[in-house]
Amino acid sequence: MSGPASTASRVRRVAIIGNPNTGKTTLFNALTGLRHRVGNYPGVTVEKKIGKLGDGLELIDLPGTYSLAAHSPDEMVAVELLLGHVKNEPRPNLVVVIADAGNLSRNLYLATQVMELGLPTIVALNMVDAAEQAGVKIDCSGLAAALGVPVIPTVAHRNEGVKELRETIIGQLDAQPPRPPCAWPEAIAKELHTLRAGIEAEQFLIARALIDEGGSAEEDLARHCGEDVRTRLKDSRDRIRSAGRPPAALEAQMRYAWIGQALAPHQQRTQAGPSLTDRLDAWLTHRVFGTTIFAALMTLVFMTIFSWAAPLMELVDGAFGALGEWITALLAGTSFEGGILQSLLVEGVIAGVGGVLVFLPQIILLFLFIAILEDCGYMARAAFLMDRLLRFCGLSGHSFIPMMSSFACAIPGVMAARTIHNPRDRLTTILVAPLMSCSARIPVYAIMIAAFVPVATVWGVLNVQGMVFAGMYFVGILTAIPVALLLKRTLLKGPTPPFVMELPTYKMPGFKTVFFRVWEASVAFTLRAGTIIFAISVIIWALSYFPHSDRVIKEHDVLREEAQAALQGEELDERLGAIDRLQEGALLRDSYFGRMGQVVEPVFRPLGWDWRISMAAIASFPAREVIVSTLGIIYDLGGEVGDDEDGESKLASQLQASKRPDGSKVFNLAVALSIMVFFALCCQCGATVATIKRETNSWKWAAFTFGYMTALAYVVSLATYQIAIRLI
Amino acid sequence: MRLSECRPGEGGTITRVHGDGPIVQRLLEMGVIEGAAVKVVRVAPMGDPLEIEIQSYYLSLRKAEAHNVEVEP
Repeated sequence: MSGPASTASRVRRVAIIGNPNTGKTTLFNALTGLRHRVGNYPGVTVEKKIGKLGDGLELIDLPGTYSLAAHSPDEMVAVELLLGHVKNEPRPNLVVVIADAGNLSRNLYLATQVMELGLPTIVALNMVDAAEQAGVKIDCSGLAAALGVPVIPTVAHRNEGVKELRETIIGQLDAQPPRPPCAWPEAIAKELHTLRAGIEAEQFLIARALIDEGGSAEEDLARHCGEDVRTRLKDSRDRIRSAGRPPAALEAQMRYAWIGQALAPHQQRTQAGPSLTDRLDAWLTHRVFGTTIFAALMTLVFMTIFSWAAPLMELVDGAFGALGEWITALLAGTSFEGGILQSLLVEGVIAGVGGVLVFLPQIILLFLFIAILEDCGYMARAAFLMDRLLRFCGLSGHSFIPMMSSFACAIPGVMAARTIHNPRDRLTTILVAPLMSCSARIPVYAIMIAAFVPVATVWGVLNVQGMVFAGMYFVGILTAIPVALLLKRTLLKGPTPPFVMELPTYKMPGFKTVFFRVWEASVAFTLRAGTIIFAISVIIWALSYFPHSDRVIKEHDVLREEAQAALQGEELDERLGAIDRLQEGALLRDSYFGRMGQVVEPVFRPLGWDWRISMAAIASFPAREVIVSTLGIIYDLGGEVGDDEDGESKLASQLQASKRPDGSKVFNLAVALSIMVFFALCCQCGATVATIKRETNSWKWAAFTFGYMTALAYVVSLATYQIAIRLI
Repeated sequence: MRLSECRPGEGGTITRVHGDGPIVQRLLEMGVIEGAAVKVVRVAPMGDPLEIEIQSYYLSLRKAEAHNVEVEP
């Protein structure tokens, strides 16, 4: 394939932009294959995705949008990139606008805006097959003539037209940019002319600043040309408004009028009765049937990540456990046996990698559902059905699936928030999602309830243990509502985002589209959150290994020698096993982690905790599910107590019997409740923090989530204990 | 009458889109403009939002947003 003049060694770049639900990602993948460079633009949550289109030719994916009018930094990224204003990113040489052939007039709205940027433009008319089935026929060459840019019909998920599109892109790289298709109405044109004097910026940016009141273009101009630009813009808008209509209405009228005229001769629509989408929606959004189907679907999704992912997770867990054992066996008899290298490899590195990969089954399964639901068009209906429910905590229907998924695990939940378009809603959802009681909290609830909540029934039917268990879920939900409301009123304050959402036509989900979506989510998690999780695991290992003092080991060696002298056979083996567990416990209590537990003990005393609970809680910050094995080690039962019912009941009776130096019991119902509430609300999950960092592109938000949840956990747990101790 | 007051099956021609600001601008961009034909298709089970048909496609919007749109049957 002969590319453009190879004398230019610099890489040339093409941008692709389009409305949501047009198959943009599918087309992007069809044009570039699997290998993308994924990154973030500075200061925004928008993901930057670049793929290779050919020799010396890159394709950059811009976020799906209906318009170039930007009211947030996230929306402004596309405009800035297309104008060449993003630092370290070259201005694209050409723009491809992907448009849904079945819904052209609205899709061409964005195209008319893009054509004003002064860049060679191509329109890719996607899903022409589905459009024809729905009775829409488009004459591409006629439309190309009317628009003044090439129009290429494609069916991206079947790879049709992709080759032609690629050839057209290469052929058009040095073409003349198109003329702006529509002429501004007199009122706007006059003001633009006035504004151009004294404002050093592209005409496109000035027009956007004039029309998008309080939007990002206005901010941009104010930053670069001085604050008095705002007054000039406001005066201009007032003059336009006094003539009858606000600038935004004039723009929309102008574009739709032009599109209507340009499209009419080249588009045929034959109405073929109620469409498939119409017939399906009569059921799927029906008051009774729609809600029932929705509930059934969500139960299926939830059960999949909550229970059906478990065997796969155990498989990953088991594989890494086996790998650890294999290495331990390999090192046996060498000078490394039982040494620091073995411990680092087995408990640091292998456990760390396993700790990352163990989340993959849930992520893959959830994104499989999300990709299918999104690609077939149901996701928008889910938001439509649930919007009313979530509105009272300041969110919209889009937040439902991320929130629900978080009851299984916050990590896929936080990642699912990618489906929320509004940046402030997305961030709010990410920040409260970890409050939903995930499956890793269950072992904590289980052991505490089994040991300290009486087996009793209230009014003959309500099981008290079950009620406490359910109560823990409500603690999370009831906390999340005020937190979300507060966030939306303070830190993430802003105008209510519109819930103006397209309900796309239903279609069969494309295999490749679904595969790519799952692949992308898995890679994003493994490589970008995984590295942080791995680093945390190694640090945690070091904190709980060192100082690993010889004194402790020698003390236990003395015990071993005594045992060997006094006992033999099975008795000896049993005694040696017990000594190993004693040593394990002593080493952990002596480690930096253990010492931290003793240092912070006064902080946790008002919560009713002794130093052992404090230490177990501190040790659970990287991953709350380790509490059971940590308690096992602290109480000299070994780390495997949680593996079977026998071990659990042993731990439970050990906890019940545990006494303080003054002889009083360490645990009672109030302490157990305070621990459960703490675990319900605290952000004890390094993987979640790492995922939030990755998804928000900011350590600030990750630290914020950690900070507010920990503070909240402390306060509510304190209140729980102080109230419970007085009542019980 | 306002679009928010229309019942499923009702609609007409948009005579005016009131108001200003990003939400109204989004409505306009989506094709909810003067002179366009609009019809309420259905209402969500909890009474809000609405589904409308506009520019030959389906759009969901909240009643508060639909209140900006004036319709003549």
